[in-house]
Amino acid sequence: MSSNQVIRWILKPAIFLASLGPAAWLVWALGGMFGYWEPPSGLSPNPLSDITNETGVWTLRFLCLTLFVTPLRRLTGWNAVIRFRRMTGLFAFFYGSLHFLIYSIADRLLSLIDFPDGVLSSDTARRWAAAIGEDIYKRPFITVGFTALMLMLPLALTSTAGMIRRLGGKRWQALHRLVYASAIAGVVHYWWLVKADISRPRNYAVIVGVLLLFRVVWARRRARKPSPVHAPAITPSS
Amino acid sequence: MLIKRPSDIRSSEITEKKVYLNRREFVATAAAAAAGFGVLAGSNQLIEAAQPAPHGRKLEGVKKSPLSTTEKLNSWQDITTYNNYYEFGTDKDSPSMLAKGLKPSPWNVLVDGECAKKASYHLEDILKGQALEERIYRLRCVERWSMVIPWVGFPLSDFIKRCEPTSKAKFVEFTTLADAGQMVGVRSPVLDWPYTEGLRMDEAMHPLAILAVGLYGEVLPNQNGAPIRLVVPWKYGFKSIKSIVKIRFTERQPETAWNKSAPQEYGFYSNVNPQKDHPRWSQSVERRIGEFIQRRTLLFNGYADQVSSLYTGMDLNKNY
Repeated sequence: MSSNQVIRWILKPAIFLASLGPAAWLVWALGGMFGYWEPPSGLSPNPLSDITNETGVWTLRFLCLTLFVTPLRRLTGWNAVIRFRRMTGLFAFFYGSLHFLIYSIADRLLSLIDFPDGVLSSDTARRWAAAIGEDIYKRPFITVGFTALMLMLPLALTSTAGMIRRLGGKRWQALHRLVYASAIAGVVHYWWLVKADISRPRNYAVIVGVLLLFRVVWARRRARKPSPVHAPAITPSS
Repeated sequence: MLIKRPSDIRSSEITEKKVYLNRREFVATAAAAAAGFGVLAGSNQLIEAAQPAPHGRKLEGVKKSPLSTTEKLNSWQDITTYNNYYEFGTDKDSPSMLAKGLKPSPWNVLVDGECAKKASYHLEDILKGQALEERIYRLRCVERWSMVIPWVGFPLSDFIKRCEPTSKAKFVEFTTLADAGQMVGVRSPVLDWPYTEGLRMDEAMHPLAILAVGLYGEVLPNQNGAPIRLVVPWKYGFKSIKSIVKIRFTERQPETAWNKSAPQEYGFYSNVNPQKDHPRWSQSVERRIGEFIQRRTLLFNGYADQVSSLYTGMDLNKNY
């Protein structure tokens, strides 16, 4: 087996499956909440809060992993690692979307309390949308969290090889620098949400800060040297 | 002849105290690093399981109270595994795991300030001859969740009267134990330890305000503020200070822990008020633990009939 095949048939599927771990835990937790089976032992008496928090934290973890790929590649010279970046990026978007969905239901939909026309009705839809919109407008930590997710949306949509070709490497790469803004917004979202113990958001701030510092240092070096020595890493990983 | 035997342990092998005290964090960090950014490791919630408190000694002669609510109770498991008690860590489940280190006996409460009976009171003396009542109260946390909890305790006013406060006593200040040896959370400066809280004298004398020493007819578990805590059901949960070691009568409004930490978010009064949003979230609804659809939060947590007269003429938006 060539190293190419090892990556394609062993490493990538293995990482894909591992990345679904938190989603599997989520299914376990949801099933436990509705009494289908024993809930995971770590689930608190406030499981809706648990699953909201967990999916949010996993979004940040996958964003950090995604931002770690390029520094890892450049520091170790292990170029093949770039082939995992799309997957970790898409998992960040996946968990971010789940996080937003769970918040929308657990926090916003269930706060409507009364459903005069039944839960599935246009009245519910209208009030639900208003409740989400009001939160995004009124609460800075929701605003910035929603921004973090929205910044990931164009990246997820243009993650295919076809889109890279269509946009052209330079423009595609420029667009995908939005991930920096998304990661920063994600950390701010976490920071603004905690009551007093900032230790966890601070850890993520340090990690994201270090990972972005690499980019700043490289950008400065590039600016000094007129001819860039590295090729942009945009090869699709199919 | 003086024979100097070398110590069994070289000083270089002794772990520096700071490192030793932070060993949990160190282990956590090392574990996260080993798992590669924590991809394979879950958060603490996933690894460690909360532990409901072991059942304790039954309290004798507990009377029912007409002030109790008839709503459905939260379970022993809910009440003893989902706690905000930052002296034992900031996760909801950490007090259930870490509060075992607390020694609730022997226990003294120091009474000080503007009163005639300044003294250090043994808990046994506080409880001697004191009738205990079951008070089933709603508890509304400032974080938008709530529970129904069957406390066992006695009116705070009973104890205050014994202390004989002077006419200068306008407020009561309460202080929680802050012993880093027993309380790991105190080692990190999340709040300005010790935790303090306060009530206006008329609030403290209100019949709903109790000192609780039990839960579900049993001695209060450590994670719920053993051996003696305040319960003020019309205020957000953090006002109901736990593991009290000091009660001081003051002329001036005392400083309170959360107010010092974030004055624009947590005022001195902190009455439950659905109209007054927390700067970062709405307070108009809450999630009762064990339920999915949320409930409307009620003014003074549903105790408006009993307590609103305390605040006549006060702007509750300003005095939040």
